[in-house]
This record gives sequence, structure tokens and C-alpha cells, in this order.
Amino acid sequence: MSILRCDVQDALEPYMSRRTVELHWGKHHQDYVDGLNKQLATSPLYGHTLEELIKEAYNNGNPLPEYNNAAQVWNHHFFWESMQPEGGGSPEGGVLQQIEKDFGSFTNFREEFIRSASQLLGSGWVWLVLKRTEKKLAVLHTRNAISPLAFGDIVCLLDPFLKMFNIFSINFAMTSHVLFLQPIISLDLWEHAYYLDYKDDRRSYVTNFIDHLVSWHTVTLRMMRAESFVNLGEPTIPVA
Amino acid sequence: MALRTLASKKTLSLALGGGARPLAAAAAARGVATTVSLPDLPYDFGALEPAISGEIMRLHHQKHHATYVANYNKALEQLDAAVSKGDASAVVQLQGAIKFNGGGHVNHSIFWKNLKPISEGGGEPPHGKLGWAIDEHFGSFEALVKKMNAEGAALQGSGWVWLALDKEAKKLSVETTPNQDPLVTKGASLVPLLGIDVWEHAYYLQYKNVKPDYLNNIWKVMNWKYAGEVYENVLA
Repeated sequence: MSILRCDVQDALEPYMSRRTVELHWGKHHQDYVDGLNKQLATSPLYGHTLEELIKEAYNNGNPLPEYNNAAQVWNHHFFWESMQPEGGGSPEGGVLQQIEKDFGSFTNFREEFIRSASQLLGSGWVWLVLKRTEKKLAVLHTRNAISPLAFGDIVCLLDPFLKMFNIFSINFAMTSHVLFLQPIISLDLWEHAYYLDYKDDRRSYVTNFIDHLVSWHTVTLRMMRAESFVNLGEPTIPVA
Repeated sequence: MALRTLASKKTLSLALGGGARPLAAAAAARGVATTVSLPDLPYDFGALEPAISGEIMRLHHQKHHATYVANYNKALEQLDAAVSKGDASAVVQLQGAIKFNGGGHVNHSIFWKNLKPISEGGGEPPHGKLGWAIDEHFGSFEALVKKMNAEGAALQGSGWVWLALDKEAKKLSVETTPNQDPLVTKGASLVPLLGIDVWEHAYYLQYKNVKPDYLNNIWKVMNWKYAGEVYENVLA
């Protein structure tokens, strides 16, 4: 069940209100999609997958006009899928083991995630990532629309959301590069993500996210894929 | 008359012997910046309605600006300790917090003065020297407003849009700064005449995602008198 359907916008209450989801998904996220589609109608970057587009448009730190919309489309989709109703609590099994291995304990991870959020000055995102070369989980934050996708090669998620938003110009082919940083969780720390529900109390928003919203199911899937890439290497996927 | 004023000033400082501002003097002797405090708003929280809601003004002043003040003071204290210990890497590490919170304090202190209730003249377009300078540099007052609104709307993330006066070149310009970077980070000779806070906290509760509506409405409470005074003082 996807959070993205209209009739379930109150599914994350009371930690994220229906009104916030309505605006955040229905306006902010939708505006990025519409903006990107409009740009791609006349852009030379037409024809890339979304992830390739993000990397191309990031342009090694001198972002092209398409970057912001593309990255924010991706970031927000990743964010919605990082959450679920009745989420939070603590993970189990392999995910918990990986967290305990890399942070010492789940409590340490939780504290580091909250601390990273408090250290982000201005708009941005907090991420849990799996670092490819170190084979370790890490928490980091990025500013504005920056995502870990910009920092290396890209892995593609073949997502039906692209069809839903009618991104006509995106090529659905599966690319198989590997990320230096595989994103596992994202948390939107732009003020629009929490201001209606929490006003200036960013800390409560972050703790509620980690305690009640984060989807360990999604994390498990993402972790499995990320660990496969890290441990088994890049797959060669034959053209169908 | 002028001589008498000079003489009395001299006597005053002699009499007070530097004890007039003991806190500042002592701190200056230690080589450390004094702490700052939250300035009062020159109007009630609700005085800028309907352009900016009282709820936003209250949160913006009592929470956001107050937090910048508190964190800036804390950073200054830590800076003092790091400097005394000669801990260079600690000094450097504090720069982010100082820039962000100090900038937040500087910027918001200007912002409160940039706004004025309609009943007290808010929104009245600039006259005199600043008015002429605006026509000269931007073509018209409307053109300036349009430009500032466009730059404010286009700003990604958090930041400010400024009407700036370059005191060396004696020219006006529209600038933007990210996060809480003060205008001087764009140019040492730039003086802020007007600043518009385009952080989401400045408008979200009232305007939600429609930033352009906030930008259109804020001109109704813009304090051009203050901007004009700064302009004339700097160029005097």
C-alpha cells in the first residue's frame, strides 16, 4: 500500500499530519515533478534515467538548472518510501546486526541520526547510507537538494512512481553502476516538512520520525540490495 | 554651539573614565566579543496583519531569533575558551556556528526594522534620494519590486533577498544570500537597505507553499523610511 494515494494521506498521523502530507506531496513534490517535466521538454538532458539525470545535472558541483528539480523528485520519493504507518520501533535481524556492527548499538545510531539533524544548518536532508568501499553504515546530512546520488556512480531503482507522475522523458532501463554511498533512509529537514506540525521544534520532528515513522521494512529491502552490491559486486544485467 | 558640544563630550568621557560601559570595556580588554541580546520588536506581533500573521511574528521573534541569539552567545563563549587555550582547530570549527547564528541575529535585527505597520507608514514607497536612485538603477519602483520578488521566489532552500547599497561604488543592487549569511558575505562594501527573509519559517504557517503570495504582500508593510535613512546616512 503506497502512502501516495489520496485516501491515505492521514496514515502517518499523529506524527505527520494529513495537512502536511497533502501539501508536501501534493504541492511541493508535485511542483518539482511538474517543473522537471517542463524543463525536460526542451532540455538536452532528455533521455536519461532519473539517476543519470541527477548525476549529469549536478555537473560536479556546478549544478545545471535541471538538477534541483530532478534531485528533489528523487529525494522526496525516497523519503515517502522511508516511512510507513506504525513505523519506528527498532529493526530486527540482519538490519539490526548491521547497525550494531557499525554504530555499536541501535541507541547510538538513533542518537547519531538525531545529532546529525541538529547539526544541519538551513534546509537539507539527513541520510543513513551504506558506504561501498568501507562496507559500513554511516549517517550524514546534505544541504538543500543535494543527495548521495550526486557523489558517485548511480544505481537505478525501477519505480512505478515514475509512471504515476508521468515523467514521460525518463528511460526505464535498469542501469547497474554502483553508488559509493547507497542511501538507506532519508529524512526531509526543509522547514516545509515539519513546520505546520512542529513549528520551530525540529528536534521533536526528528525523534518522532525515527521512533514512529521510519519503515524498517523498506530499510530491510534497501539494505539487502545495497549489501549485495557491496559484497557481490556490480551485477551484469543482460539486455532483455 | 559646535565647540560647546565638543567640550561637553570631552568632559563627559573624562568624568566617566571608561566606566560608562564596563562590560564592553572589560570584554574588549580580554579581546573577546560581548554577548548580544534579542532586540524588542518596535510593534506588536499582530501589527503587521494581514500581510504577516501575528502567529508568525511571535514565533519568528520569540523562537527563531531568540535561538540564534542564544546559540550565538554560546558560540562566543566557546570561542573565548578556545582562543584562551590557543586551540586553533576549535576556533576554526566554531566558525560555522558563529556565521549561522551570528548571521541569523544580524539579519533578523535588520528585518524587524525593515517592517512597519501600515498605520505607521508601512508600505509607503520611497521618496527623496533613495526613490530617485531606485528609478535610476532599476527603471522604476515597480521594476525593483518585481526583481526582488523574482529572486526571492527563485531562491532554493533557505536564505534572504536584499536591496543592497554598495557604499564604494555608490550603486544599488539586488542580492541573495543563502541560509543566514549576512549581506557582507557578498561584498565587503555592501550595506543592507532592505532584507526579505525567505526561509520557510517566515511565511509557511500563513502562505504555505505559495512563496510568491508572501513576497507580494510583504511590500505592504515595508519600511522604506528606514531604508531611505540608511541610504542617506551611508552616502552622506
